[in-house]
Amino acid sequence: MSGGTTANLVRMANQIAANLAAHGADAAAAETAEHIARYWDPRMRAALREVDPAQLSAIARAAVARLDPAGAASPPSD
Amino acid sequence: MGYEPQPDFGTPAVKDAPPVTLTIDGRQVTVPEGTSVMRAAAEVGGAIPRLCATDNVAAYGSCRMCLVEIEGQRGTPASCTTPVRDGMVVQTQTPRLEKLRRGVMELYISDHPLDCLTCSANNDCELQDTAAQVGLRDVRYGYAGANHLDASLDTSNPYFDFDPAKCIVCSRCVRACEEVQGTFALTIEGRGFDAKVSAGLASDNFLGSECVSCGACVAACPTATLNEKAVKEIGKPERAVITTCAYCGVGCTFRAEMRGQQLVRMVPWKDGKANRGHSCVKGRFAWGYAHHADRITRPMIREAITDPWREVSWDEAIRFTAARLTAIKDRHGARALGGITSSRCTNEETFLVQKLVRGGFGSNNVDTCARVCHSPTGYGLAKTFGTSAGTQDFDSVEHTDVVLIIGANPTDGHPVFASRLKKRLRQGARLIVIDPRRIDMVRSPHVQADYHLPLQPGTNVAILTAMAHVIVTEGLADEAFVRERCDWDEYQDWARFVSDPRHSPEILEAVTRVPAADLRGAARLFAQGPNSAIYYGLGVTEHSQGSSTVLAIANLAMATGNIGRPGVGVNPLRGQNNVQGACDMGSFPHELAGYRHISDAGTRSLFEAEWGTPIDPEPGLRIPNMLDAAVEGTFKALYIQGEDILQSDPNTHHVAAGLAAMDCVIVHDLFLNETANYAHVFLPGSTFLEKTGTFTNAERRVQMVRRVMDPANGYEDWEVTQLLAKAMGLGWSYTHASQIMDEIARLTPSFAGISHARLEAEGGLQWPVNDAAPQGSPVMHVDGFVRGKGKFVVTEYIPTDERTGPRYPLLLTTGRILSQYNVGAQTRRTANAVWHEEDLLEIHPLDAENRGLKSGDWVRLASRAGETTLRALVTDRVAPGVVYTTFHHPDTQANVVTTENSDWATNCPEYKVTAVQVSASNGPSDWQRDYAAQARRSRRIEAAE
Ligand code: SF4
Ligand code: SF4
Ligand code: SF4
Ligand code: FES
Repeated sequence: MSGGTTANLVRMANQIAANLAAHGADAAAAETAEHIARYWDPRMRAALREVDPAQLSAIARAAVARLDPAGAASPPSD
Repeated sequence: MGYEPQPDFGTPAVKDAPPVTLTIDGRQVTVPEGTSVMRAAAEVGGAIPRLCATDNVAAYGSCRMCLVEIEGQRGTPASCTTPVRDGMVVQTQTPRLEKLRRGVMELYISDHPLDCLTCSANNDCELQDTAAQVGLRDVRYGYAGANHLDASLDTSNPYFDFDPAKCIVCSRCVRACEEVQGTFALTIEGRGFDAKVSAGLASDNFLGSECVSCGACVAACPTATLNEKAVKEIGKPERAVITTCAYCGVGCTFRAEMRGQQLVRMVPWKDGKANRGHSCVKGRFAWGYAHHADRITRPMIREAITDPWREVSWDEAIRFTAARLTAIKDRHGARALGGITSSRCTNEETFLVQKLVRGGFGSNNVDTCARVCHSPTGYGLAKTFGTSAGTQDFDSVEHTDVVLIIGANPTDGHPVFASRLKKRLRQGARLIVIDPRRIDMVRSPHVQADYHLPLQPGTNVAILTAMAHVIVTEGLADEAFVRERCDWDEYQDWARFVSDPRHSPEILEAVTRVPAADLRGAARLFAQGPNSAIYYGLGVTEHSQGSSTVLAIANLAMATGNIGRPGVGVNPLRGQNNVQGACDMGSFPHELAGYRHISDAGTRSLFEAEWGTPIDPEPGLRIPNMLDAAVEGTFKALYIQGEDILQSDPNTHHVAAGLAAMDCVIVHDLFLNETANYAHVFLPGSTFLEKTGTFTNAERRVQMVRRVMDPANGYEDWEVTQLLAKAMGLGWSYTHASQIMDEIARLTPSFAGISHARLEAEGGLQWPVNDAAPQGSPVMHVDGFVRGKGKFVVTEYIPTDERTGPRYPLLLTTGRILSQYNVGAQTRRTANAVWHEEDLLEIHPLDAENRGLKSGDWVRLASRAGETTLRALVTDRVAPGVVYTTFHHPDTQANVVTTENSDWATNCPEYKVTAVQVSASNGPSDWQRDYAAQARRSRRIEAAE
């Protein structure tokens, strides 16, 4: 993916993580991962896994590590 | 049906009162206590002559036409102002009454022109009818005395005329403007013979007055004094069809009054459950776009977007489109194709577009314009309550004690609801307005907000957290409600979070710029209720924390126990007529109709069985992601029904780049809109007057839209989608929109009980309509939340990345005005243009002075995304540091300056906050000139051979 789009994905992931951070680091990482799995198209998830982890916040990084590499979205939880 | 005026019972109905039985002309009648004798008589078919009474305003008792005799009572009281009593015995026709009425009538007629035969209201005039009813045969006073017959005509309003020569000074118009509309534009000037109706000052005409052209006075007028111009031009209607307004989410129902295939007028339907007989200027008058010369009615195609358009047959257009789509699918895979459904089209049409994308294209790349408006509402309310929709009906406001409006401007965006709200406020309900701008609701005739909190744009979450802080720390929360209805542990986490001193109004004042004392006062008032309701709009959702704000609103409603009964609740004011429906119909890339996630194999298999095709289990792309992917080269084809994303979506340059990178853009619309400049196929659409189906309004009310004339393009929109589906090899065979609704009902539990047949028989129904709620659900979460326990979600205020600085020191926020609608494609093509010829930039006097600007000057508005020019309006409606504009006109393209920032959860764009600079300018920018030239080029249509 090109720089512009990747930057967008990084920003989106960090933004999700920041908004969920108040729930505590662990919960926030799990919720961020779930959010991305639920709402992002597989090519966006794949591209996010490729980004330089240094660009991601700690919570977003932890969330990316939890994303299922097979690309299947997790079932709805609510 | 033939033409019959709507029944008029003379005085308003009385609700919720014990029954009273009386005798009128020998017949027994039972009506609620407080009903007038006039209405009681009308209910058993006894029409008492009347002139000053009409049933949408309170009785006035001025014309003395409705006199009756009551046993045991002296004199001849007016039946419109006399309430019924148990055992009352009333005579409505006696020689004495007949004589009295004839005398009164004679006086009226002696000062009325006798040009009935050539009058536009001939045969549709209550004065004429009443003269006949009382048997007037002669006017003893002659017509030579002093009269008003040469009073001059006021034709200033584009839709109706005021002919004072015909006025009988019944004051119905004045009272309709006050009681129904709440604008107080009209007065009766002078007394006795000199009395006359006036729009404001004697020198004012209707256009120059406070009048907002809602038409309530026109509907109330018993004579031709206030009459639609169209009636004068076309003649009296000969049939009427009930249908639903295609503008905003209030969902007013109208009688489309027709003469042949010609629409004469739209008259608000008294039985309309959302509007109760009222309307605004858009639905009432602004339908002329349906016949505008710009409308395209023949399909067009072109190889490349640089070519001129070529008009072709439907057959050729559909073959061309299907071939392109199929070739792209073969070459790039299903996920390279997608569609955008329209919040202006019917549920049935929207459902078919997403069905075509999922079942035909084979991807879940379907999105809708709710992405840019209420997607955070869906997210936030589903998370906390379990349903992506508002909790109340509009009638609920009649039971509200405290109204909190945040980020909505109802008088402009949702005018008919605003009128109902103002009525409640005039009855004594209290009002809190949270808005950066001093919107009209803050102060207007007979309405004064108790609190206006003019917050810094982008600080909604901080404001709501501070309110929650006050409510929790001052012990004002309704813990009994929370314990019973919500998850108590989650509540405690939330309560601890909001109680933190860093969330106090005093600390947050630095961020919100709202005085702490005002915020505390507002929070206490809201908590005090007893029935407090929150109404909100795009000023909540179109922020980087749009979803958090919706969550915070839900938290506040639950913490104060304001959910699950009339008068309370969380009420998103929906923008477009069918935005609720478009969301319900599965227009989002991650969910199927009824908000069921695409990864849920059980739901997918239902659809797969019905449709006979597999469905991709992965979520698809949202609109901004489609555009990104197009620039990347992985997204190639887009079918856009009834939306103009180039004008309505943020960061115009980015949208244009995305569209330009695609191989097949199909625009299905009424006009060659801005997006069509980048299209390869143009499929002409049909208007709401030309189709059958349903719209779902902001109250979740599903209402019929009825075809009153044949589609100018030959097909209803769902038929066009079906043509395309068939050409792509799908075996669809719908012959009527009702069959699509039947399929929706089979597949969507909340619609299980809905069918066209039921809507025809019972009127609009509010979903869910199913075995648990066979009559629908006016109020939701009555006995418990849909998700089980109400969920409190902690929402941390996170400032937007969009910050002011030395280069861009002001904050731009955007909105809309009453007479125009969204990107203006329809309203700009009507006479509504007289109220809004161009988008203006509102700027505070201090900021204007610093820049040497005055009202009317051209200014350059620049952000880091782009720049445009428009004229300035200097006003203290906006706070210093904040500027405001609308986005109704393509020449302005306010979205050239909005950025790609968006809501964290839904990517709803941050329209409401952009850091900008404003400076003097001498006219349109280079970009505006280039764009206009390019738009002209791309709209060329090859001469037919
Ligand atoms: S059109 Fe509406 S606002 Fe205007 S005078 Fe009549 S009732 Fe009042
Ligand atoms: S304009 Fe019509 S409604 Fe108003 S006072 Fe005159 S006759 Fe009555
Ligand atoms: S309030 Fe909305 S639905 Fe009602 S007439 Fe106006 S635009 Fe139409
Ligand atoms: S209708 Fe009753 S006094 Fe006019």
